[in-house]
Amino acid sequence: MVEAVSVILVAVITTTLLLVRIIYVISQSSKPIRNTCTKHLSTLVVLGSGGHTAEMINLLSVMQTDRFSPRFYIAAVTDTMSLQKARVFETSLDDKGAKSTKFMQIYRSREVGQSYITSIGTTLFALCHALWLMVKIRPQVILCNGPGTCIPICTIAFIFKVLGIRWSYIFYVESIARVKRLSLSGLLLYKLHMADQLFVQWPHLQKQYPRAHYVGPLM
Amino acid sequence: MDDDSNNSFESKKIVFVTVGTTSFDSLVKSVDTEQVKQELFKKGYTHLVIQMGRGSYIPKKSSGEEDGSSLVVDYFTFSSSIADYLKSSSLVISHAGSGSIFETLRLGKPLIVVVNEDLMDNHQSELAEELAERKHLFCGSPQSLYKVIQSMELESIIPYHPGDATPVAKLINRYLGFPSD
Repeated sequence: MVEAVSVILVAVITTTLLLVRIIYVISQSSKPIRNTCTKHLSTLVVLGSGGHTAEMINLLSVMQTDRFSPRFYIAAVTDTMSLQKARVFETSLDDKGAKSTKFMQIYRSREVGQSYITSIGTTLFALCHALWLMVKIRPQVILCNGPGTCIPICTIAFIFKVLGIRWSYIFYVESIARVKRLSLSGLLLYKLHMADQLFVQWPHLQKQYPRAHYVGPLM
Repeated sequence: MDDDSNNSFESKKIVFVTVGTTSFDSLVKSVDTEQVKQELFKKGYTHLVIQMGRGSYIPKKSSGEEDGSSLVVDYFTFSSSIADYLKSSSLVISHAGSGSIFETLRLGKPLIVVVNEDLMDNHQSELAEELAERKHLFCGSPQSLYKVIQSMELESIIPYHPGDATPVAKLINRYLGFPSD
């Protein structure tokens, strides 16, 4: 009897602590850092495909890459073009950090046209793969812009924050193709407060999602 | 690209059709109709080049009439030099992918975007319609393509000024506490 009570008590206390921690993490997300003492932050760039990758490279080309180093690029296993584009971009850079850049591939949670039932299994698999990659990289900054490839990564990043393993700042740029509605990835990161900052490229979206930042077209 | 393209460059007016990395048979079919080819020819275009991707519909090749009274039609599946085809064309008819749209707009080429209505999650039309409203391009469906060509006025196009990613970079820098400079 005493044992049962103590088990329940432990369970209740753990859940409460976990909930408090989750609420704390959410409330701390989207709070800017006052002053960075470090000179550079390790950065994970999640590349989408086609137009998404082009937008991301456009963004990287105007960022001070020495502040965002070392850099890690991740693209879907099925997407052969994106890492190639990232390599071309990295070789065009004139900074010493570019040598330490790493390129990796990740299994996608769902391929275009895949049924929702089989996608449960593949999503779990993608999550495990994301966990493995995140343990290896433990980035301080995550830059992503959809499509779904970034969701397992951002989920693991959120769990790491809750457990105090690593605090990563997540920046999500919604695709220029989204004029009236956020994509599913964008919506998830927005609603669950997982992105520290979420950028949209059309004014209409900012009206609909007030916490988003309107930045005008990147392309 | 033919070798004689330089010789007859001035007289050539190429329409380039691109479906991107997948397939878009209803667009290729629509472009291959007499109706559409007639409209293009009436507008003064001389050549039609179709990038048909993985599609199964094969358009009819044509070397045109000797007296130049019809379009010269050619097609291919994929090419690593899409950019060259875009550059040499006088009009681009494209699928609604953002990569293809912005590459064409940056080159300042007149553009008709044809939205694939068979796609499940059809968010692609949003971008094409928004840019059409801002008069940067024309937008239609495979069925309405000939009407779009018939009624389009190239003078009404407002050139697209490429966007800029620096606002995003600034916000990220400020957020992370990096000094702005």
